[in-house]
Amino acid sequence: MSKIAEQARQLSSQQVPAGTARPQVPRRDRGNVELAGLNAWYGANHAVKGIDLGFDAGLVTAIIGPSGCGKSTMVRCINRMHEEIAGARAEGHVRLDGIDLYDPAIDVVAVRRHVGMVFQKPNPFPTMSVLDNVTAGLRLTDAGKGEIEDRGREALVEAGLWEEVSGRLKSPGAGLSGGQQQRLCIARALAVEPEVLLMDEPCSALDPVATLRIEELIGELKKRVTIVIVTHNMQQAARVADTTAFMLGGELVEVGPTERLFTNPDNERTEQYVTGKFG
Amino acid sequence: MSAATDHSLFAHGSGLRRRRRVNRAVELSSTVAALLAVAVLLIVVGSVLLKGLGALSLHFLTTPTALFGETGGGISNAIIGTAIIVAIAAAIAIPIGLLVAIYTTEFAPPRIAHPVRFVLDVLNGVPTIVTGIFVYGLIVVPQGNQSGYAASVALAIVMLPIVARTAQEVLELVPLTLKEAANALGIAHWRTTVRVTIPTAAGGLLTGALLAVARVAGETAPLLLLCSIFAPGNLTDPSQGLASIPIFIFQASESPSPTAHTEAWAAALILIAFVLLLNVVARVFYARSRQRMEG
Repeated sequence: MSKIAEQARQLSSQQVPAGTARPQVPRRDRGNVELAGLNAWYGANHAVKGIDLGFDAGLVTAIIGPSGCGKSTMVRCINRMHEEIAGARAEGHVRLDGIDLYDPAIDVVAVRRHVGMVFQKPNPFPTMSVLDNVTAGLRLTDAGKGEIEDRGREALVEAGLWEEVSGRLKSPGAGLSGGQQQRLCIARALAVEPEVLLMDEPCSALDPVATLRIEELIGELKKRVTIVIVTHNMQQAARVADTTAFMLGGELVEVGPTERLFTNPDNERTEQYVTGKFG
Repeated sequence: MSAATDHSLFAHGSGLRRRRRVNRAVELSSTVAALLAVAVLLIVVGSVLLKGLGALSLHFLTTPTALFGETGGGISNAIIGTAIIVAIAAAIAIPIGLLVAIYTTEFAPPRIAHPVRFVLDVLNGVPTIVTGIFVYGLIVVPQGNQSGYAASVALAIVMLPIVARTAQEVLELVPLTLKEAANALGIAHWRTTVRVTIPTAAGGLLTGALLAVARVAGETAPLLLLCSIFAPGNLTDPSQGLASIPIFIFQASESPSPTAHTEAWAAALILIAFVLLLNVVARVFYARSRQRMEG
Protein backbone atom coordinates (compact mmCIF):
# COMPACT_ATOMS: atom_id res chain seq x y z
CA MET A 1 0.00 0.00 0.00
CA SER A 2 1.25 3.46 -0.83
CA LYS A 3 2.20 5.94 1.85
CA ILE A 4 -0.61 8.22 0.82
CA ALA A 5 -3.25 5.57 1.11
CA GLU A 6 -1.84 4.58 4.50
CA GLN A 7 -1.99 8.18 5.60
CA ALA A 8 -5.52 8.49 4.28
CA ARG A 9 -6.59 5.46 6.22
CA GLN A 10 -5.15 6.84 9.42
CA LEU A 11 -6.89 10.11 8.73
CA SER A 12 -10.20 8.48 8.09
CA SER A 13 -10.00 6.49 11.29
CA GLN A 14 -8.82 9.49 13.27
CA GLN A 15 -11.12 12.12 11.98
CA VAL A 16 -14.47 10.47 11.64
CA PRO A 17 -14.83 8.20 14.63
CA ALA A 18 -18.36 7.53 15.73
CA GLY A 19 -19.91 10.36 17.67
CA THR A 20 -17.31 13.06 17.25
CA ALA A 21 -18.12 14.51 13.85
CA ARG A 22 -21.08 16.88 13.76
CA PRO A 23 -22.62 15.84 17.06
CA GLN A 24 -25.89 17.60 16.20
CA VAL A 25 -26.61 14.89 13.62
CA PRO A 26 -28.43 11.97 15.21
CA ARG A 27 -26.42 8.81 14.69
CA ARG A 28 -28.06 5.95 12.89
CA ASP A 29 -27.02 2.41 13.40
CA ARG A 30 -27.61 1.40 9.77
CA GLY A 31 -25.85 2.50 6.62
CA ASN A 32 -22.20 2.48 7.62
CA VAL A 33 -20.05 1.67 4.61
CA GLU A 34 -16.44 0.65 4.68
CA LEU A 35 -14.19 0.13 1.66
CA ALA A 36 -11.12 -2.02 2.27
CA GLY A 37 -8.42 -2.63 -0.32
CA LEU A 38 -10.79 -1.77 -3.16
CA ASN A 39 -9.33 -2.08 -6.66
CA ALA A 40 -11.13 -1.66 -9.96
CA TRP A 41 -10.10 -2.16 -13.56
CA TYR A 42 -11.41 -1.44 -17.06
CA GLY A 43 -9.63 -4.17 -18.98
CA ALA A 44 -5.97 -3.46 -18.25
CA ASN A 45 -6.61 0.07 -16.99
CA HIS A 46 -6.26 0.12 -13.23
CA ALA A 47 -8.79 2.83 -12.38
CA VAL A 48 -9.15 2.48 -8.61
CA LYS A 49 -6.05 1.57 -6.63
CA GLY A 50 -6.33 0.01 -3.20
CA ILE A 51 -8.78 2.35 -1.54
CA ASP A 52 -9.61 2.17 2.18
CA LEU A 53 -12.34 4.56 3.16
CA GLY A 54 -15.38 4.73 5.41
CA PHE A 55 -18.74 6.42 4.86
CA ASP A 56 -20.57 6.91 8.12
CA ALA A 57 -24.31 6.83 8.60
CA GLY A 58 -25.85 10.25 8.99
CA LEU A 59 -23.11 12.01 7.08
CA VAL A 60 -22.66 13.28 3.56
CA THR A 61 -19.32 12.39 2.04
CA ALA A 62 -18.17 14.16 -1.11
CA ILE A 63 -15.64 12.60 -3.46
CA ILE A 64 -13.67 15.24 -5.35
CA GLY A 65 -10.85 15.04 -7.85
CA PRO A 66 -10.05 15.87 -11.46
CA SER A 67 -11.73 14.10 -14.39
CA GLY A 68 -10.59 10.51 -14.76
CA CYS A 69 -9.31 10.19 -11.19
CA GLY A 70 -11.55 7.16 -10.59
CA LYS A 71 -14.11 8.82 -8.32
CA SER A 72 -17.16 7.66 -10.30
CA THR A 73 -15.67 4.19 -10.71
CA MET A 74 -15.03 3.94 -6.99
CA VAL A 75 -18.60 4.91 -6.19
CA ARG A 76 -19.99 2.48 -8.78
CA CYS A 77 -18.10 -0.30 -7.01
CA ILE A 78 -20.18 0.30 -3.88
CA ASN A 79 -23.42 -0.92 -5.50
CA ARG A 80 -21.50 -3.24 -7.84
CA MET A 81 -22.60 -1.36 -10.96
CA HIS A 82 -18.99 -1.14 -12.10
CA GLU A 83 -18.85 -4.81 -13.04
CA GLU A 84 -21.86 -4.38 -15.39
CA ILE A 85 -19.55 -2.78 -17.96
CA ALA A 86 -17.98 -5.29 -20.36
CA GLY A 87 -14.36 -5.94 -19.41
CA ALA A 88 -14.64 -4.21 -16.04
CA ARG A 89 -13.89 -5.92 -12.74
CA ALA A 90 -13.38 -5.05 -9.11
CA GLU A 91 -11.59 -6.65 -6.19
CA GLY A 92 -11.51 -5.97 -2.48
CA HIS A 93 -14.17 -5.44 0.13
CA VAL A 94 -17.13 -3.15 0.47
CA ARG A 95 -18.83 -3.70 3.82
CA LEU A 96 -22.31 -2.41 4.50
CA ASP A 97 -22.92 -2.61 8.24
CA GLY A 98 -20.33 -5.34 8.42
CA ILE A 99 -21.67 -7.41 5.52
CA ASP A 100 -19.18 -7.84 2.68
CA LEU A 101 -21.04 -6.96 -0.53
CA TYR A 102 -18.31 -8.71 -2.54
CA ASP A 103 -18.82 -12.02 -0.74
CA PRO A 104 -19.57 -14.73 -3.33
CA ALA A 105 -22.78 -15.58 -1.49
CA ILE A 106 -24.17 -12.07 -2.02
CA ASP A 107 -26.86 -11.49 -4.69
CA VAL A 108 -25.77 -8.53 -6.82
CA VAL A 109 -29.35 -7.47 -7.49
CA ALA A 110 -30.08 -7.41 -3.74
CA VAL A 111 -27.06 -5.15 -3.17
CA ARG A 112 -28.72 -2.49 -5.30
CA ARG A 113 -31.85 -2.54 -3.20
CA HIS A 114 -29.76 -1.51 -0.22
CA VAL A 115 -27.50 0.92 -2.05
CA GLY A 116 -29.45 3.32 -4.28
CA MET A 117 -27.98 5.45 -7.04
CA VAL A 118 -28.69 8.74 -8.78
CA PHE A 119 -26.97 9.47 -12.07
CA GLN A 120 -25.51 12.52 -13.83
CA LYS A 121 -28.40 13.04 -16.18
CA PRO A 122 -31.96 12.63 -14.91
CA ASN A 123 -33.19 9.33 -16.34
CA PRO A 124 -36.88 8.84 -15.56
CA PHE A 125 -38.51 5.97 -17.46
CA PRO A 126 -40.13 7.73 -20.45
CA THR A 127 -43.11 5.38 -20.73
CA MET A 128 -44.10 5.69 -17.08
CA SER A 129 -46.12 8.27 -15.16
CA VAL A 130 -44.65 10.24 -12.25
CA LEU A 131 -46.05 7.78 -9.70
CA ASP A 132 -45.10 4.71 -11.75
CA ASN A 133 -41.54 6.03 -12.00
CA VAL A 134 -41.27 6.42 -8.24
CA THR A 135 -42.70 2.98 -7.55
CA ALA A 136 -40.77 1.21 -10.33
CA GLY A 137 -38.22 -0.23 -7.92
CA LEU A 138 -41.05 -1.66 -5.80
CA ARG A 139 -43.31 -2.84 -8.60
CA LEU A 140 -40.62 -4.49 -10.71
CA THR A 141 -38.80 -6.31 -7.94
CA ASP A 142 -39.91 -8.81 -5.35
CA ALA A 143 -39.06 -6.24 -2.69
CA GLY A 144 -42.26 -4.29 -2.97
CA LYS A 145 -45.43 -5.83 -1.65
CA GLY A 146 -48.39 -4.15 -0.05
CA GLU A 147 -48.85 -0.41 0.01
CA ILE A 148 -46.73 0.43 -3.01
CA GLU A 149 -48.50 3.64 -3.96
CA ASP A 150 -48.37 4.98 -0.41
CA ARG A 151 -44.66 4.32 -0.29
CA GLY A 152 -44.32 6.13 -3.62
CA ARG A 153 -46.12 9.17 -2.25
CA GLU A 154 -43.89 9.15 0.82
CA ALA A 155 -40.82 9.02 -1.36
CA LEU A 156 -42.07 12.03 -3.35
CA VAL A 157 -42.48 13.91 -0.07
CA GLU A 158 -38.97 12.90 1.01
CA ALA A 159 -37.55 14.11 -2.29
CA GLY A 160 -39.30 17.46 -1.86
CA LEU A 161 -41.33 16.94 -5.01
CA TRP A 162 -44.77 16.19 -3.61
CA GLU A 163 -46.16 19.71 -3.71
CA GLU A 164 -45.08 20.21 -7.32
CA VAL A 165 -46.41 16.93 -8.71
CA SER A 166 -49.29 15.86 -6.44
CA GLY A 167 -51.77 17.09 -9.06
CA ARG A 168 -50.18 15.18 -11.92
CA LEU A 169 -49.11 11.83 -10.56
CA LYS A 170 -50.55 10.10 -13.63
CA SER A 171 -48.87 12.34 -16.22
CA PRO A 172 -45.56 11.30 -17.83
CA GLY A 173 -42.45 11.61 -15.66
CA ALA A 174 -40.49 12.86 -18.65
CA GLY A 175 -42.77 15.92 -18.81
CA LEU A 176 -41.23 17.44 -15.66
CA SER A 177 -38.43 20.03 -15.72
CA GLY A 178 -34.82 18.83 -15.52
CA GLY A 179 -34.50 19.59 -11.81
CA GLN A 180 -37.86 17.97 -11.05
CA GLN A 181 -36.84 14.91 -13.08
CA GLN A 182 -33.69 14.57 -11.02
CA ARG A 183 -35.68 14.80 -7.77
CA LEU A 184 -38.05 12.22 -9.27
CA CYS A 185 -35.03 9.96 -9.74
CA ILE A 186 -34.00 10.61 -6.14
CA ALA A 187 -37.53 9.72 -5.01
CA ARG A 188 -37.38 6.57 -7.13
CA ALA A 189 -34.14 5.57 -5.42
CA LEU A 190 -35.52 6.40 -1.95
CA ALA A 191 -38.76 4.46 -2.48
CA VAL A 192 -37.03 1.10 -2.04
CA GLU A 193 -35.64 2.42 1.29
CA PRO A 194 -31.93 1.95 0.73
CA GLU A 195 -29.43 2.45 3.54
CA VAL A 196 -27.01 4.25 1.25
CA LEU A 197 -27.58 6.71 -1.61
CA LEU A 198 -24.83 7.16 -4.18
CA MET A 199 -24.99 10.35 -6.24
CA ASP A 200 -22.75 10.53 -9.30
CA GLU A 201 -22.49 14.24 -10.14
CA PRO A 202 -26.26 14.63 -9.71
CA CYS A 203 -26.32 18.33 -10.57
CA SER A 204 -24.00 18.43 -13.57
CA ALA A 205 -26.93 18.66 -16.01
CA LEU A 206 -28.95 21.15 -13.94
CA ASP A 207 -29.20 24.94 -13.72
CA PRO A 208 -28.08 26.75 -10.53
CA VAL A 209 -31.57 27.02 -9.02
CA ALA A 210 -32.31 23.32 -9.52
CA THR A 211 -28.82 22.55 -8.19
CA LEU A 212 -29.49 24.52 -5.03
CA ARG A 213 -32.75 22.67 -4.52
CA ILE A 214 -30.97 19.30 -4.76
CA GLU A 215 -28.24 20.47 -2.40
CA GLU A 216 -30.84 21.47 0.20
CA LEU A 217 -32.47 18.10 -0.26
CA ILE A 218 -29.19 16.31 0.39
CA GLY A 219 -28.96 18.12 3.73
CA GLU A 220 -32.42 16.86 4.69
CA LEU A 221 -31.93 13.32 3.44
CA LYS A 222 -28.72 12.56 5.28
CA LYS A 223 -30.69 11.93 8.46
CA ARG A 224 -32.25 8.86 6.87
CA VAL A 225 -29.69 7.64 4.39
CA THR A 226 -25.92 7.66 4.11
CA ILE A 227 -24.99 9.86 1.16
CA VAL A 228 -21.92 9.60 -1.03
CA ILE A 229 -21.76 12.31 -3.68
CA VAL A 230 -19.28 12.52 -6.52
CA THR A 231 -18.73 16.07 -7.69
CA HIS A 232 -16.14 17.99 -9.62
CA ASN A 233 -17.57 21.18 -8.24
CA MET A 234 -15.56 21.98 -5.12
CA GLN A 235 -18.01 24.66 -3.99
CA GLN A 236 -20.72 22.04 -4.05
CA ALA A 237 -18.62 19.69 -1.93
CA ALA A 238 -18.01 22.54 0.52
CA ARG A 239 -21.73 23.31 0.67
CA VAL A 240 -23.17 19.83 1.15
CA ALA A 241 -20.55 17.50 2.58
CA ASP A 242 -19.58 16.76 6.18
CA THR A 243 -16.59 14.77 5.02
CA THR A 244 -14.66 15.17 1.79
CA ALA A 245 -12.31 12.73 0.12
CA PHE A 246 -9.82 13.81 -2.55
CA MET A 247 -8.82 11.30 -5.22
CA LEU A 248 -6.05 11.52 -7.77
CA GLY A 249 -4.94 8.95 -10.33
CA GLY A 250 -7.11 6.22 -8.84
CA GLU A 251 -5.74 6.71 -5.33
CA LEU A 252 -7.24 8.27 -2.26
CA VAL A 253 -5.02 11.22 -1.42
CA GLU A 254 -6.73 12.61 1.63
CA VAL A 255 -9.98 12.43 3.53
CA GLY A 256 -11.24 14.57 6.38
CA PRO A 257 -13.88 16.97 7.61
CA THR A 258 -14.83 19.16 4.67
CA GLU A 259 -13.90 22.45 6.27
CA ARG A 260 -10.44 21.29 7.25
CA LEU A 261 -9.79 19.67 3.88
CA PHE A 262 -10.52 22.89 2.06
CA THR A 263 -8.82 25.29 4.49
CA ASN A 264 -5.94 23.33 5.95
CA PRO A 265 -5.24 20.13 4.00
CA ASP A 266 -2.42 17.87 5.14
CA ASN A 267 -1.37 16.84 1.68
CA GLU A 268 0.35 19.21 -0.69
CA ARG A 269 -1.49 17.86 -3.73
CA THR A 270 -4.84 18.34 -1.99
CA GLU A 271 -3.89 21.93 -1.32
CA GLN A 272 -2.86 22.48 -4.94
CA TYR A 273 -6.15 21.00 -6.15
CA VAL A 274 -8.48 22.85 -3.80
CA THR A 275 -6.72 26.14 -4.49
CA GLY A 276 -7.15 25.59 -8.24
CA LYS A 277 -3.52 25.04 -9.18
CA PHE A 278 -4.47 21.97 -11.25
CA GLY A 279 -7.47 19.92 -12.20
CA MET B 1 -0.42 42.39 -36.49
CA SER B 2 0.80 42.78 -40.06
CA ALA B 3 -0.88 39.53 -41.07
CA ALA B 4 -4.25 40.83 -39.98
CA THR B 5 -4.04 43.87 -42.23
CA ASP B 6 -2.47 42.03 -45.18
CA HIS B 7 -5.54 41.64 -47.43
CA SER B 8 -3.65 39.68 -50.06
CA LEU B 9 -3.92 36.70 -47.70
CA PHE B 10 -7.69 36.70 -48.23
CA ALA B 11 -7.80 37.70 -51.90
CA HIS B 12 -9.77 35.57 -54.38
CA GLY B 13 -7.29 33.27 -56.07
CA SER B 14 -7.85 30.74 -58.83
CA GLY B 15 -8.03 28.09 -56.11
CA LEU B 16 -11.18 29.62 -54.73
CA ARG B 17 -12.82 29.85 -58.14
CA ARG B 18 -12.06 26.20 -58.81
CA ARG B 19 -13.40 25.19 -55.40
CA ARG B 20 -16.62 27.03 -56.07
CA ARG B 21 -17.05 25.36 -59.46
CA VAL B 22 -16.52 21.89 -58.02
CA ASN B 23 -18.85 22.67 -55.16
CA ARG B 24 -21.58 23.79 -57.52
CA ALA B 25 -21.14 20.72 -59.77
CA VAL B 26 -21.41 18.31 -56.83
CA GLU B 27 -24.40 20.15 -55.42
CA LEU B 28 -26.17 20.15 -58.79
CA SER B 29 -25.57 16.49 -59.59
CA SER B 30 -26.72 15.30 -56.18
CA THR B 31 -29.85 17.45 -56.45
CA VAL B 32 -30.62 15.95 -59.86
CA ALA B 33 -30.15 12.44 -58.48
CA ALA B 34 -32.53 13.17 -55.63
CA LEU B 35 -35.11 14.60 -58.03
CA LEU B 36 -34.80 11.51 -60.24
CA ALA B 37 -35.54 9.23 -57.30
CA VAL B 38 -38.64 11.23 -56.44
CA ALA B 39 -39.62 11.34 -60.12
CA VAL B 40 -39.54 7.55 -60.42
CA LEU B 41 -42.00 7.21 -57.56
CA LEU B 42 -44.22 9.95 -58.96
CA ILE B 43 -44.23 8.40 -62.43
CA VAL B 44 -45.05 4.93 -61.10
CA VAL B 45 -47.81 6.18 -58.81
CA GLY B 46 -49.04 8.60 -61.45
CA SER B 47 -49.30 6.06 -64.25
CA VAL B 48 -50.96 3.51 -61.97
CA LEU B 49 -53.46 6.18 -60.91
CA LEU B 50 -54.06 7.28 -64.49
CA LYS B 51 -54.61 3.81 -65.88
CA GLY B 52 -56.21 2.14 -62.88
CA LEU B 53 -58.56 4.77 -61.55
CA GLY B 54 -61.00 4.23 -64.45
CA ALA B 55 -61.66 0.59 -63.52
CA LEU B 56 -61.86 1.26 -59.81
CA SER B 57 -65.35 1.06 -58.36
CA LEU B 58 -67.14 -0.32 -55.34
CA HIS B 59 -68.29 -3.16 -57.57
CA PHE B 60 -64.69 -3.96 -58.49
CA LEU B 61 -63.64 -4.09 -54.84
CA THR B 62 -66.59 -6.18 -53.63
CA THR B 63 -67.02 -8.73 -56.44
CA PRO B 64 -64.93 -11.89 -56.83
CA THR B 65 -62.89 -12.45 -59.96
CA ALA B 66 -64.95 -13.45 -63.01
CA LEU B 67 -64.63 -16.99 -64.21
CA PHE B 68 -62.43 -17.66 -67.20
CA GLY B 69 -63.87 -16.09 -70.34
CA GLU B 70 -66.34 -13.88 -68.51
CA THR B 71 -65.98 -10.18 -67.78
CA GLY B 72 -67.17 -7.78 -65.12
CA GLY B 73 -65.46 -9.45 -62.16
CA GLY B 74 -63.66 -7.76 -59.30
CA ILE B 75 -60.91 -8.49 -56.82
CA SER B 76 -62.71 -9.08 -53.53
CA ASN B 77 -61.40 -12.65 -53.33
CA ALA B 78 -57.85 -11.44 -54.08
CA ILE B 79 -58.07 -8.78 -51.35
CA ILE B 80 -59.35 -11.33 -48.82
CA GLY B 81 -56.71 -13.86 -49.91
CA THR B 82 -53.84 -11.40 -49.60
CA ALA B 83 -55.13 -10.28 -46.21
CA ILE B 84 -55.24 -13.88 -44.94
CA ILE B 85 -51.86 -14.87 -46.39
CA VAL B 86 -50.10 -11.73 -45.07
CA ALA B 87 -51.83 -11.95 -41.66
CA ILE B 88 -50.64 -15.54 -41.16
CA ALA B 89 -47.14 -14.60 -42.34
CA ALA B 90 -47.08 -11.66 -39.91
CA ALA B 91 -48.33 -13.86 -37.07
CA ILE B 92 -45.37 -16.17 -37.68
CA ALA B 93 -42.62 -13.66 -38.49
CA ILE B 94 -43.30 -10.76 -36.12
CA PRO B 95 -43.11 -12.66 -32.80
CA ILE B 96 -40.07 -14.67 -33.91
CA GLY B 97 -38.35 -11.59 -35.37
CA LEU B 98 -38.90 -9.58 -32.19
CA LEU B 99 -37.61 -12.41 -30.01
CA VAL B 100 -34.51 -12.77 -32.18
CA ALA B 101 -33.88 -9.02 -31.89
CA ILE B 102 -34.44 -8.99 -28.12
CA TYR B 103 -32.11 -11.95 -27.69
CA THR B 104 -29.31 -10.47 -29.76
CA THR B 105 -29.47 -6.94 -28.32
CA GLU B 106 -30.26 -7.70 -24.68
CA PHE B 107 -28.96 -11.15 -23.83
CA ALA B 108 -26.53 -12.64 -26.36
CA PRO B 109 -22.79 -12.05 -25.96
CA PRO B 110 -21.22 -10.20 -28.93
CA ARG B 111 -19.64 -13.38 -30.27
CA ILE B 112 -23.15 -14.77 -30.85
CA ALA B 113 -24.97 -11.51 -31.64
CA HIS B 114 -22.65 -10.54 -34.53
CA PRO B 115 -23.01 -13.82 -36.49
CA VAL B 116 -26.79 -13.77 -35.97
CA ARG B 117 -26.91 -10.25 -37.36
CA PHE B 118 -24.87 -11.34 -40.38
CA VAL B 119 -27.11 -14.35 -41.00
CA LEU B 120 -30.17 -12.09 -40.94
CA ASP B 121 -28.57 -9.77 -43.48
CA VAL B 122 -27.83 -12.73 -45.75
CA LEU B 123 -31.38 -14.04 -45.33
CA ASN B 124 -32.63 -10.58 -46.25
CA GLY B 125 -30.66 -10.83 -49.49
CA VAL B 126 -31.95 -14.27 -50.53
CA PRO B 127 -34.01 -13.88 -53.74
CA THR B 128 -37.66 -14.50 -52.89
CA ILE B 129 -38.00 -17.01 -55.74
CA VAL B 130 -35.40 -19.13 -53.93
CA THR B 131 -37.43 -18.91 -50.75
CA GLY B 132 -40.44 -19.94 -52.85
CA ILE B 133 -38.71 -23.03 -54.24
CA PHE B 134 -37.55 -23.98 -50.76
CA VAL B 135 -41.08 -23.78 -49.33
CA TYR B 136 -42.39 -25.60 -52.43
CA GLY B 137 -40.18 -28.55 -51.56
CA LEU B 138 -40.97 -28.22 -47.87
CA ILE B 139 -44.75 -27.91 -47.97
CA VAL B 140 -46.33 -28.12 -51.42
CA VAL B 141 -44.61 -31.35 -52.54
CA PRO B 142 -45.41 -33.44 -49.42
CA GLN B 143 -48.91 -31.95 -49.21
CA GLY B 144 -49.63 -32.50 -52.88
CA ASN B 145 -51.29 -29.11 -53.46
CA GLN B 146 -50.61 -25.41 -53.35
CA SER B 147 -51.96 -23.55 -50.38
CA GLY B 148 -52.30 -20.22 -48.60
CA TYR B 149 -50.27 -21.69 -45.73
CA ALA B 150 -47.34 -22.40 -48.04
CA ALA B 151 -47.47 -18.79 -49.28
CA SER B 152 -47.63 -17.52 -45.69
CA VAL B 153 -44.58 -19.53 -44.66
CA ALA B 154 -42.60 -18.16 -47.61
CA LEU B 155 -43.66 -14.58 -46.85
CA ALA B 156 -42.83 -15.13 -43.17
CA ILE B 157 -39.29 -16.13 -44.18
CA VAL B 158 -39.05 -12.92 -46.24
CA MET B 159 -40.40 -10.84 -43.34
CA LEU B 160 -38.31 -12.35 -40.57
CA PRO B 161 -34.98 -10.61 -41.26
CA ILE B 162 -36.72 -7.27 -41.89
CA VAL B 163 -38.57 -7.42 -38.58
CA ALA B 164 -35.53 -8.65 -36.66
CA ARG B 165 -33.02 -6.17 -38.11
CA THR B 166 -35.23 -3.09 -37.69
CA ALA B 167 -36.12 -4.21 -34.16
CA GLN B 168 -32.43 -4.64 -33.33
CA GLU B 169 -31.68 -1.15 -34.51
CA VAL B 170 -34.57 0.34 -32.55
CA LEU B 171 -33.70 -1.56 -29.35
CA GLU B 172 -30.14 -0.32 -29.60
CA LEU B 173 -31.46 3.25 -29.64
CA VAL B 174 -32.96 2.83 -26.17
CA PRO B 175 -30.66 4.92 -23.97
CA LEU B 176 -28.25 2.94 -21.84
CA THR B 177 -29.02 5.33 -18.98
CA LEU B 178 -32.53 3.86 -18.68
CA LYS B 179 -31.22 0.32 -18.41
CA GLU B 180 -28.66 1.57 -15.91
CA ALA B 181 -31.39 3.25 -13.85
CA ALA B 182 -33.39 0.02 -13.74
CA ASN B 183 -30.28 -1.96 -12.94
CA ALA B 184 -29.40 0.35 -10.05
CA LEU B 185 -32.90 -0.14 -8.61
CA GLY B 186 -32.25 -3.85 -8.34
CA ILE B 187 -34.64 -4.73 -11.17
CA ALA B 188 -33.73 -8.02 -12.85
CA HIS B 189 -32.49 -7.81 -16.43
CA TRP B 190 -35.38 -9.67 -18.04
CA ARG B 191 -37.84 -7.45 -16.20
CA THR B 192 -36.01 -4.33 -17.32
CA THR B 193 -36.24 -5.64 -20.88
CA VAL B 194 -39.97 -6.37 -20.67
CA ARG B 195 -41.07 -3.34 -18.63
CA VAL B 196 -38.60 -0.60 -19.60
CA THR B 197 -36.68 -1.34 -22.81
CA ILE B 198 -39.48 -2.78 -24.97
CA PRO B 199 -42.15 -0.20 -23.98
CA THR B 200 -39.66 2.59 -24.68
CA ALA B 201 -38.96 1.16 -28.13
CA ALA B 202 -42.55 0.11 -28.87
CA GLY B 203 -43.21 2.69 -31.59
CA GLY B 204 -40.05 1.76 -33.47
CA LEU B 205 -40.78 -1.95 -33.15
CA LEU B 206 -44.24 -1.40 -34.61
CA THR B 207 -42.66 0.58 -37.45
CA GLY B 208 -40.41 -2.33 -38.38
CA ALA B 209 -43.34 -4.75 -38.34
CA LEU B 210 -45.47 -2.48 -40.55
CA LEU B 211 -42.63 -1.98 -43.05
CA ALA B 212 -42.18 -5.74 -43.24
CA VAL B 213 -45.90 -6.21 -43.92
CA ALA B 214 -45.73 -3.52 -46.62
CA ARG B 215 -42.72 -5.24 -48.12
CA VAL B 216 -44.36 -8.67 -48.50
CA ALA B 217 -47.89 -7.55 -49.40
CA GLY B 218 -46.84 -7.18 -53.03
CA GLU B 219 -44.42 -10.10 -53.10
CA THR B 220 -45.20 -12.16 -56.22
CA ALA B 221 -42.48 -14.67 -57.03
CA PRO B 222 -43.11 -17.13 -54.17
CA LEU B 223 -46.86 -16.88 -54.66
CA LEU B 224 -46.52 -17.97 -58.29
CA LEU B 225 -45.00 -21.22 -57.08
CA LEU B 226 -46.99 -21.72 -53.94
CA CYS B 227 -50.42 -20.21 -54.30
CA SER B 228 -51.38 -19.43 -57.90
CA ILE B 229 -53.77 -22.31 -58.47
CA PHE B 230 -57.00 -21.84 -56.62
CA ALA B 231 -60.66 -22.68 -56.89
CA PRO B 232 -62.80 -19.59 -57.51
CA GLY B 233 -65.09 -20.69 -54.71
CA ASN B 234 -62.38 -20.77 -52.04
CA LEU B 235 -62.40 -17.41 -50.29
CA THR B 236 -60.99 -18.12 -46.87
CA ASP B 237 -59.48 -21.61 -46.54
CA PRO B 238 -55.68 -21.24 -46.41
CA SER B 239 -55.13 -25.01 -46.58
CA GLN B 240 -56.07 -24.68 -50.26
CA GLY B 241 -54.88 -22.19 -52.83
CA LEU B 242 -56.09 -18.62 -52.24
CA ALA B 243 -56.46 -15.73 -54.65
CA SER B 244 -54.13 -12.77 -54.03
CA ILE B 245 -53.66 -9.29 -55.45
CA PRO B 246 -50.15 -9.84 -56.93
CA ILE B 247 -51.27 -13.03 -58.68
CA PHE B 248 -54.39 -11.26 -59.96
CA ILE B 249 -52.21 -8.46 -61.39
CA PHE B 250 -49.88 -11.01 -62.97
CA GLN B 251 -52.66 -13.09 -64.52
CA ALA B 252 -54.77 -10.14 -65.68
CA SER B 253 -51.80 -8.44 -67.32
CA GLU B 254 -50.95 -11.68 -69.16
CA SER B 255 -54.48 -11.81 -70.56
CA PRO B 256 -55.11 -10.58 -74.12
CA SER B 257 -58.21 -8.63 -73.06
CA PRO B 258 -57.79 -4.84 -72.68
CA THR B 259 -60.45 -4.87 -69.93
CA ALA B 260 -58.31 -7.29 -67.99
CA HIS B 261 -55.34 -4.92 -68.42
CA THR B 262 -57.28 -2.05 -66.92
CA GLU B 263 -58.33 -4.31 -64.06
CA ALA B 264 -54.68 -5.20 -63.48
CA TRP B 265 -53.88 -1.49 -63.19
CA ALA B 266 -56.74 -0.98 -60.77
CA ALA B 267 -55.53 -3.86 -58.61
CA ALA B 268 -52.03 -2.40 -58.73
CA LEU B 269 -53.47 0.89 -57.53
CA ILE B 270 -55.06 -0.83 -54.52
CA LEU B 271 -51.78 -2.56 -53.70
CA ILE B 272 -49.72 0.64 -53.98
CA ALA B 273 -52.21 2.61 -51.92
CA PHE B 274 -52.04 -0.02 -49.18
CA VAL B 275 -48.24 -0.05 -49.17
CA LEU B 276 -48.00 3.76 -49.15
CA LEU B 277 -50.50 3.98 -46.32
CA LEU B 278 -48.53 1.46 -44.24
CA ASN B 279 -45.33 3.40 -44.88
CA VAL B 280 -46.88 6.68 -43.76
CA VAL B 281 -48.35 5.12 -40.61
CA ALA B 282 -44.99 3.49 -39.87
CA ARG B 283 -43.22 6.87 -40.17
CA VAL B 284 -45.63 8.46 -37.72
CA PHE B 285 -45.01 5.75 -35.13
CA TYR B 286 -41.28 5.97 -35.67
CA ALA B 287 -41.21 9.75 -35.23
CA ARG B 288 -43.11 9.45 -31.95
CA SER B 289 -40.85 6.70 -30.72
CA ARG B 290 -37.68 8.65 -31.53
CA GLN B 291 -39.02 11.64 -29.67
CA ARG B 292 -39.57 9.47 -26.64
CA MET B 293 -36.11 7.96 -26.74
CA GLU B 294 -34.33 11.24 -27.26
CA GLY B 295 -36.71 12.98 -24.83
